[in-house]
Amino acid sequence: MTKILIDDVEIDVPPDYSLLQACEAAGAEIPRFCYHERLSVAGNCRMCLVEVKGAPKPVASCAQQVKDQRPGPNGEPPVVLTKSALVKKAREGVMEFLLINHPLDCPICDQGGECDLQDQSVAYGRPGARFDENKRAVEEKQMGPLVKTVMTRCIQCTRCVRFVTEVAGVPEIGATGRGEDMEITTYLEKSLTSELSANVIDLCPVGALTSKPYAFNARPWELTKTESVDVMDGLGSAIRIDARGDEVLRVLPRVNEEINEEWISDKTRFAVDGLKRQRLDRPYVRRDGKLTAVSWDEALIATAQTLRAGPDRIGAMAGDLACVESMKATLDLMGALGVKNLDGRPTGAKLGGGPRQSWLFNSTLMGVEEADVLLLIGVNPRTEAAVFNARIRKMWLQGALRIGVIGPRADLRYPYEYLGAGPQSIAALSGDFLDALKAAKRPMIVLGEGALARADGAAVLRAAGRLAASVGIVKEGWNGWNVLHGAAARVGALDLGFVPGDGGLDAAGMVAAADDGKLDTLFLLGVDDAPLPGKGRTTVVYIGSHGDAGAHRADIILPGAAYAEKNATWVNTEGRVQHGRRAAYPKGDAREDWSILRALSAVAGKTLPYDSLPALRAKLIADHPTFGHMDYAPGAADSAGFDPATLGAEGSLGAEPFASAVAAFHLTNPIARASLTMAECARAAASTAHIAAE
Amino acid sequence: MLADKDRIFLNLYGAHGADLASAKARGAWNGTADMIGAGRDWIIAQVKESGLRGRGGAGFPTGLKWSFMPKQVTDRPHYLVVNADESEPGTCKDRDIMRHDPHLLIEGCLVASFAMQAHACYIYVRGEYVAEREALEKAIREAYEARLIGKGNIHGWDFDCYVHHGAGAYICGEETALLESLEGKKGQPRLKPPFPANSGLYGCPTTVNNVESIAVAPTIIRRGAKWFAGIGRPNNTGTKVFCISGHVNRPCNVEEAMSIPLRTLLEEHCGGVIGGWGNLKAVIPGGSSVRMITAAMAEEALMDFDSLSAMKSGLGTAAVIVMDQSTDVVRAIARIAYFYKHESCGQCTPCREGTGWMWRVLERMARGEAEHREIDLLLDVAGQVEGHTICALGDAAAWPVQGLIRHFRHEIEERIDRYRSAKGVHQVKLVAAE
Amino acid sequence: MSVRRLSPDQPASFTFRPDVLETAHWWCAKYPTERKQSAIIPLLWLVQKQEGWVSEPAIRALADMLEMPVIRVLEVATFYTMFHLAPVGKHHFQLCGTTPCVLRGADDLKKVCRKRIGEKFAVTADGLFSWEEVECLGACVNAPVVAIDDLYHEDLSPDDLEKVIDALARGEAITPGSARGRQTSAPDGGARTLTDPTLYDGSLATPLTLPNLPETAP
Repeated sequence: MTKILIDDVEIDVPPDYSLLQACEAAGAEIPRFCYHERLSVAGNCRMCLVEVKGAPKPVASCAQQVKDQRPGPNGEPPVVLTKSALVKKAREGVMEFLLINHPLDCPICDQGGECDLQDQSVAYGRPGARFDENKRAVEEKQMGPLVKTVMTRCIQCTRCVRFVTEVAGVPEIGATGRGEDMEITTYLEKSLTSELSANVIDLCPVGALTSKPYAFNARPWELTKTESVDVMDGLGSAIRIDARGDEVLRVLPRVNEEINEEWISDKTRFAVDGLKRQRLDRPYVRRDGKLTAVSWDEALIATAQTLRAGPDRIGAMAGDLACVESMKATLDLMGALGVKNLDGRPTGAKLGGGPRQSWLFNSTLMGVEEADVLLLIGVNPRTEAAVFNARIRKMWLQGALRIGVIGPRADLRYPYEYLGAGPQSIAALSGDFLDALKAAKRPMIVLGEGALARADGAAVLRAAGRLAASVGIVKEGWNGWNVLHGAAARVGALDLGFVPGDGGLDAAGMVAAADDGKLDTLFLLGVDDAPLPGKGRTTVVYIGSHGDAGAHRADIILPGAAYAEKNATWVNTEGRVQHGRRAAYPKGDAREDWSILRALSAVAGKTLPYDSLPALRAKLIADHPTFGHMDYAPGAADSAGFDPATLGAEGSLGAEPFASAVAAFHLTNPIARASLTMAECARAAASTAHIAAE
Repeated sequence: MLADKDRIFLNLYGAHGADLASAKARGAWNGTADMIGAGRDWIIAQVKESGLRGRGGAGFPTGLKWSFMPKQVTDRPHYLVVNADESEPGTCKDRDIMRHDPHLLIEGCLVASFAMQAHACYIYVRGEYVAEREALEKAIREAYEARLIGKGNIHGWDFDCYVHHGAGAYICGEETALLESLEGKKGQPRLKPPFPANSGLYGCPTTVNNVESIAVAPTIIRRGAKWFAGIGRPNNTGTKVFCISGHVNRPCNVEEAMSIPLRTLLEEHCGGVIGGWGNLKAVIPGGSSVRMITAAMAEEALMDFDSLSAMKSGLGTAAVIVMDQSTDVVRAIARIAYFYKHESCGQCTPCREGTGWMWRVLERMARGEAEHREIDLLLDVAGQVEGHTICALGDAAAWPVQGLIRHFRHEIEERIDRYRSAKGVHQVKLVAAE
Repeated sequence: MSVRRLSPDQPASFTFRPDVLETAHWWCAKYPTERKQSAIIPLLWLVQKQEGWVSEPAIRALADMLEMPVIRVLEVATFYTMFHLAPVGKHHFQLCGTTPCVLRGADDLKKVCRKRIGEKFAVTADGLFSWEEVECLGACVNAPVVAIDDLYHEDLSPDDLEKVIDALARGEAITPGSARGRQTSAPDGGARTLTDPTLYDGSLATPLTLPNLPETAP
């Protein structure tokens, strides 16, 4: 620790702190534009200038470290001033330079009200303008369907250039030309190809890069801001949902160092227009082969009738977006009926039962920052967990992580050692990489659904578990066994035990039984991305929010709430229990899902023992204590005695290569598929891939 | 006047051969092996003792700079990079060294690299110097063939010397911008610290020196640090190639003693100011980046670091731009302001925005199309650029403007008044209101 | 400078001629193997020497060759002003318009260029000529200076420049250097220094003992 005197406040900070960090630690506010703590230091905006006693000129506080400062002649701590006349004048000067060529178009700029340039010019600028020349205008640039550009507003801070190059790993934005003609652009104005591209909108301190889908929609002060969690993948990223009235207008990231730092994927951000389209806003019952709108009473009575079938002839599955509350209510209702045909893994991942560690991401997402060797099996983190992929890349950039891949040979935005395509390669792993895994202090193995949701999934799990055990994946304070789930609902389902009871059918079994006429009723709790039974004698009851595959097959539709429309719980891939919060109300007659099940239970004469969300949650925690531990990832806490070698089952490993569970990043769930923005992105991505293939 | 025998660049004008044999006949490569044999500490001590200060403009003591390199070589190799990106308006000395005395430069590269434990040196030549680059490449080939340099050379220090080139960017003369450019990027100066001696080319310890600083080193050692230190004044020692352009009767390059009186320099070597000394209006004594001085100051000025900085100007690259009474100084500085606007890399705000602002105001002032209060505005803008940028280009852009206003404010004011009276616009008297 | 854009008219592809490719490899060999990006400026220069300008396909080709993101190559090509992003004349004039040259008559040379060639960067109908105003060329004591096809023509009067243009138009070779026959950067009328013959008689090559050597050389 080093002592430093900042505005007469003496503080003790780590010597590698930048002066800017030290100033903040001392409570001095330092304005900045180019500096961003998660990007490399550019030092180009010059807004953060401070006065260092003894330095001949003002110093960019972002660019110098505390240890670079000279102590006084008698060893006194260096003295930094942030409020001196020199600093005030320097800030006024920089501010003026930034504004002389910045257009006065704040009234038509979407950044208005949340613009660093506006805020800082009020706080640090001089009043009035002295610039009598013509302002510079910059030609418009295209950056794709998500990022709207008004490049005349650009202040050349290069945050966007640094973000795509460093964090996203796609060096696609650059600053061409030089001097006052320097322009930020992509090569030939091509669209950005990163799944994280829209974070540049948040990073842009001015209105140069704004949200294209949100353009001219609202002013920030009109919006109700709700802190929630994302369900577009299994990470549970921290988000803020901005709504005006009942309309969700945009999603922004919140900081959660342990999950998403401050990034979100483009899908998380922009799938929300899907909340407005393809919505199930009233109950339907199929009559004479056609879905017909009915009242809730009619729908519930019709549904209750289907529950009269014997428990062996009833099944229930939970899909990718289902919240814990709705799954709990489903399980309780099915339990009351004695139904054992249950599955919360509609795609058939061979997980569930046994120790909780077997299906969690035990290293924690942040744990990758401690890891030294990482083996990815049957997973493409870029499409399945884009934000986490950026964290892997960050560690690769730091040279701290050796990465191997068994599975699809995808462009992950960082190089890796390719170790094989399919299950055989797990058992056959040998040589240098295996040695590295064995020697690693913090080895990590990450399995994706692509490795487990297949016929030989149990054998793959066993093989991977054996490999993990052989390299000593569990160590003191460390569990490197990880499953990266792509679905927000999955860990919650597994934690609830949403798996077949004794003698019960799993998802594939239920579908087969339905097709064989052996199942009378099948409940689909938002199941859209899994094999569904064909039209037949089985009555399919769909509870969900969007008219997608499940609703298409359904015979009874009970309209539920989408994730932004309910207070609900999800458990992320680390086993972290998080609450999402309601930002808008369900559409039309739709209800929160758990309350639909509660109402149904009453009609069916099996009334569930709770009639409020708190009561449901109390029962949930009583039955499953893990849900009482909020915002907590267990990591290696309970890993003593966990032996991955016992997971799965013996069996022969197939020859078929692993495929990623996500084929098209932008279209992985009903909300995203209803989104026009995602459709446009998917088209752009497909055409880019097409060009690349040529 | 400096005696011919005390000059270092004996082929400054290319009257003799630039080839290896001719260079050797003029003393190049003489005693080089003994220099290497005497050890790196001795070499650095000699250069320090000679008082040699960097010839690229900043005047940093060369021996001291060399001593900043790490004493131990780790897994990161050391590099010497020679700055031959000579682009400062008024300056054309390195050009003559490269095309006419390249072997002095190559020998200097070897000696300096040895002193800093570098096995490789890159000479970054500005893109426009095509013939000069080819002359240098040719000399390097000769040196390789004669095993003066290269692996297993006769001097016992493995050493590779490479020529690299730019493509039209003044900013690459800034040492860290040069390194960026040499790494294949835009020439945008780096933040310091880290300094190149710690993290320079490819992140390795690197020293960047001007062509002239390196090229004089072997001769200094050959003739002795005392000889060099005995020329000029203390703190301003040695000989220096001066470039005298503009309104003199015979513009030329000439190697002279440091601290030579400016008037002597012009009259002895350049045939004096066109129209006589009395016709002198102003002199930019150190390349476009330094503040101009008036005729009266020129009378007193000694061409060295201390004398010129006492006049709030500078020796810079010792490029003397002479302007006689016929010169429109406002236009002359406006053109220099355009130069800096054109050459700003655009990275940091004050320079990117300030250079264009200053140029535009000056262009108007050159026509008289301005107001009196804008002179102070211009001065203020220059002050907002100076000292606020990543590199010294901001300072270099501000100083000529400040020099103009300091010495020729009356001329700008007259210009404005004349323009206004011609247009029938009269200066609004705001004095009372203000 | 003004905004630099790629030409709207682009060829379909770019490949190095074999001999130029050899030179390109020679350049690449100057840098550590993992630092091949260092060769980008010399290689863009070779492209320009071969094609006369730097085309978009060439930018992509160099990105592939040096394993650089293509946007980084575009940054370099647009940052350095010697790269022509659109075709120029067979003989391209770089006229120095900076103060030292202006003091010695560069403005008059500009008039000649405007009169004989046209506006900056415009190519004459016969494809022979184009010109631009550049910043300091670094030959200030020989001002005014025009670099024609890379070589410096110095001490030019407007008449001299007209004659050069005439000669080029006739397809004749032109000689770079001072238009009035000066010995490079020596003063007019011949060098007044470096006249001591003993400097050039070989006596300086006589083996010498370095002054100030340490007592016991290590």
